[in-house]
Amino acid sequence: MADRSPLLAAEAVTRRFGTLVANDAVDLTVMPGEIHALLGENGAGKSTLVKMLYGLLAPDAGRILWQGRAVSLPTPRAARALGIGMVFQHFSLFDALSVAENVALALDEAAPLPQVAERLREVSRAYGLPLEPGREVWRLSVGERQRIEIVRCLMQNPQLLILDEPTSVLTPQETEGLFETLRTLRDEGRAVLYISHKLDEVRRLCEAATILRQGRVVERCDPRQQTAASLARMMVGSQIADVRRARAESAAGPVRLRLDSLDLPSEDPQGTSLKGVSLELAAGEILGIAGVAGNGQDELFAALSGEAPAPRAAAIVLEGTPIGHDGINARRRRAAAFVPEERLGHAAAPRMALSENALVAGHAANGFLRRGFVQRDRMLAWVDAVTSAFDVRKGPRDPEARALSGGNLQKFVVGREILRKPRLLVVSQPTWGVDAGAASLIRQALIDLAADGASVLVISQDLDELFEIADRIAVIFHGRLSPARPAEGLTREAVGLLMGGEGFGPVADTPPVMERVA
Amino acid sequence: MTLATAILLTVITAATPLLIAAIGELVVERSGVLNLGVEGMMIMGAAFGVVVAVVTGSSLLGVLAAIGAGVALAAVFALLTLGLAVNQYASGLALTIFGLGLSGVVGAPFVGIQRDGIGRIAIPLLSDIPVIGPILFRQDPFVYASFALVAGVAWFLWRTKAGLILRACGENPVSAHALGYRVLRIRLYAVLFGGACAGLAGAYLSLVLTPFWTAGMTAGRGWIALAIVVFASWLPLRTMLGAYLFGGLIVLQLHAQTAGVAVPSQLLAAMPYLITILALTLIMAMRRGGGAGSVAPAGLGQPFTPDR
Repeated sequence: MADRSPLLAAEAVTRRFGTLVANDAVDLTVMPGEIHALLGENGAGKSTLVKMLYGLLAPDAGRILWQGRAVSLPTPRAARALGIGMVFQHFSLFDALSVAENVALALDEAAPLPQVAERLREVSRAYGLPLEPGREVWRLSVGERQRIEIVRCLMQNPQLLILDEPTSVLTPQETEGLFETLRTLRDEGRAVLYISHKLDEVRRLCEAATILRQGRVVERCDPRQQTAASLARMMVGSQIADVRRARAESAAGPVRLRLDSLDLPSEDPQGTSLKGVSLELAAGEILGIAGVAGNGQDELFAALSGEAPAPRAAAIVLEGTPIGHDGINARRRRAAAFVPEERLGHAAAPRMALSENALVAGHAANGFLRRGFVQRDRMLAWVDAVTSAFDVRKGPRDPEARALSGGNLQKFVVGREILRKPRLLVVSQPTWGVDAGAASLIRQALIDLAADGASVLVISQDLDELFEIADRIAVIFHGRLSPARPAEGLTREAVGLLMGGEGFGPVADTPPVMERVA
Repeated sequence: MTLATAILLTVITAATPLLIAAIGELVVERSGVLNLGVEGMMIMGAAFGVVVAVVTGSSLLGVLAAIGAGVALAAVFALLTLGLAVNQYASGLALTIFGLGLSGVVGAPFVGIQRDGIGRIAIPLLSDIPVIGPILFRQDPFVYASFALVAGVAWFLWRTKAGLILRACGENPVSAHALGYRVLRIRLYAVLFGGACAGLAGAYLSLVLTPFWTAGMTAGRGWIALAIVVFASWLPLRTMLGAYLFGGLIVLQLHAQTAGVAVPSQLLAAMPYLITILALTLIMAMRRGGGAGSVAPAGLGQPFTPDR
C-alpha cells in the first residue's frame, strides 16, 4: 500500500434546486483501485452528486479534489480530461447513428471514423466486450448498448469510471459479465463508483459504500460486512415492512384468464411479435412474467389490455368468455384492470389533474358520468379514497399528475385500478424506479388483492420482485412464453437461463422444445 | 438550343430557389428544430434584396442584404424557440406571417421598378459539352451556389465531426447535452444558416427570376421547400431530386395554363404536397418491410432546456 491518498474527494458539496436541497454538504472519498458503492433510495441525491462529479451540474458550495488538488469541472469535457468517465443510467446513445459514430461523439479528439472503429475493436476485444462498429444502435440489445457506453468510456483511459444503475436492464448472466469487466478494471488500478439499489450486487462487488438519504451522507461502511437488510435499513432509515404472503399454497381457484396460442404481429416495426403464447391464470393467483426488456412484454400487455386486439377472439378467454376482439372499455367492464409500465404518458396524462386521470381510466366503469356529464364531486372523492388507501403524498388535493414524484404517482395509478376491486389485474413493471417504501406498499397491495380472490398478472424485469410476490413464474423470450413454474423451488439461475433464451429452441415454425417436453 | 434543353433550363430556374431554401431547412431540421418560418424568411430576402439592389445599384449588395434579412428573422426565431423555449410551430408560423407583412411595407415604394436580372456565367470548356453543357454550366451564380451548397452540406453532415455533432443534437438533445455538447448553440448556428439560405433563395426570386418587387412574390415556395425536406427524408441528394421534381411541376403548371389544358391549375399547384404525402407513405411502407430508409430526426421539434 504505497499510495493511499484518495483519487477523488468531494468535500461538503451542496446543490439546491429551488427550495429542494438535493445534496447537503456531501462528503465522498474514492480510493484508487476501489469499487465504491453509492447507495440510496430514489431522490436521495445520488444522480445529482455524480452529475457534479462529471461536470454536468455546478455545485452551489463545497469543492471537488482530484488526486489531492482542488479542481473545477465546468463541462463533462473537463472531467474526461482529468480521467473521469461515466456510464449513464438512461443510455446517452443515439439510436439512428452507428456504434462507431456514437463512440466518436464521446471522444474529445477529432479522429476520422475508420480510426475510431479500429480502436473500438481493439478496446472491446481487450475487455471481452464484443461490438460491431458499423451497426446502428437501434438494432442492438440493451446489453450491447451498455457495452457501447462502457467501451467508449474505456477508450478515454479513465482513472475513475462512474456507473449509474448499470444492471437494472441486464440478465443475471449479463450482470456477471459486467462484474468481471469491473473487477478487471479495479485490478488495473482504476476506481469505479457504482450506483445501485440492488443490495446483493453491492455486497458481492464493492469494498466500500457511501449511503445517502435525503441529500445527506448517513453512513459509510464496507458492504461485505453488512447484510442486505442492514444496508436497506441505512438507506431507508427505518425497517422496511416485510411483504407478507399469508395464503394457502393449495388455494388455487378456477381458471380465470386463459391465453390459447396467441399470435400477434407487433405494430412497431422494431417490436417483438408474440408467437403462440399460452397461459392459464387462476383466481387468487399471482403469475409473474420475467424477461429482458424488449422480448415482447409491451406487446403482451397491449394484447391483454385490448390496446392491440387479438386476431382470434378465442385466443384470450376471461371467465369463459372469449374477449380477444373486445376493446379496452369492454374488458374493463368485465372487471379487468390494467396498469401499464410508463407512469407518465401511458398510465397517466402528465398535464391532467389526478381526478381527470381517474375519469379517463374509469369513465366506462366507475360511475363518474351521469347522462354524459362529469360528476366532479365523485371524481374528487375517488382521488381522496385512492390517496388515503395508498398513502399518496402530494401537496394540493388534486394536482397535475406530473407534479407527483415517481413513487407517489405509481402508488396512485396502481391504487386507482385496485380500488375498483378488479377480478383480473394486469400490471407491468409495478415498482420500476420507485423507492423501497413505495415498492413494498405496492407489492403488498398486489398480494392482498390476490388473497381476496383476484387474479394478478405481473410483468417485471425485477427478479427479486417476482420471487417475492409471484406464485408461479414464466419467462418471455423473443415473443414466446415458457410454461409457468411454481416460484417455490425455482432458482434464479434457472430463470436467468430462460431469460437468456436457453430452452426455447431454435426460432422456427416447429413448436418450441419446452412445449413438447411439457 | 432544342426545346427539351429550353424546358430543362426553365425547370432548373424554377427549382433553384426551392433547392437553396430546402437545403438550409434540412440542416435546421437535422439539428432538431422545425422552422415553419421559411416562407417569411424567403420573402424578407426577396424584399431586402431588390430594395438594396435598386438603391445602391449593386446586385452583390442586394444579395448580401437578402442573406442578412433572412439571418435577422432567423435570429428572432432562435431567440424565441431556443432562448425562451417557445413552441417552434407557433413561432415559425408567426414569423412567416410577420415576414409577409413587413416585406410588403419595405417593398411598397419599389413596386414596379424594373432592373436587369443577374446574368448567366458560362464556365469555359464545360459549357461546350453538348446537351448538359448549356443546362448545367451556362447558368447564373445562384445555380452554381446551389450545387455547392448541396455538396457542402452532404460532406459536412456525414464526413465531419461537427456534422456528426449537429445530427446528434437532432437525434437526442438530452444525450448530446450529457456528453457535454452545447445543444442550444449548435442549434442556433443551424437556424442562422437556414435563415441565410432562405434569404438567398428569396434574392433569387427578386433579382433573377422576376427582377422586380411584387408583394407576396414567394407564392408559397417556402412551404414547398419544407415539403421537399420531408419528401427527401432529410437527405441532401434526395433534396436536390425533390427540388427539381417540384420545380418541374411548377413549370408544367405554367405551361398547362398557357396551353389551356383542361387540368385545373389548383390541382397542379397541389401536386408537390400530394407527392410528398405519397413519398412519405412509400417510405413508411418500405420501412415496415424491413428496408432502412432514413426518417425524421428523432428529436425534431423537441424544445431543449439545459438544467445547469
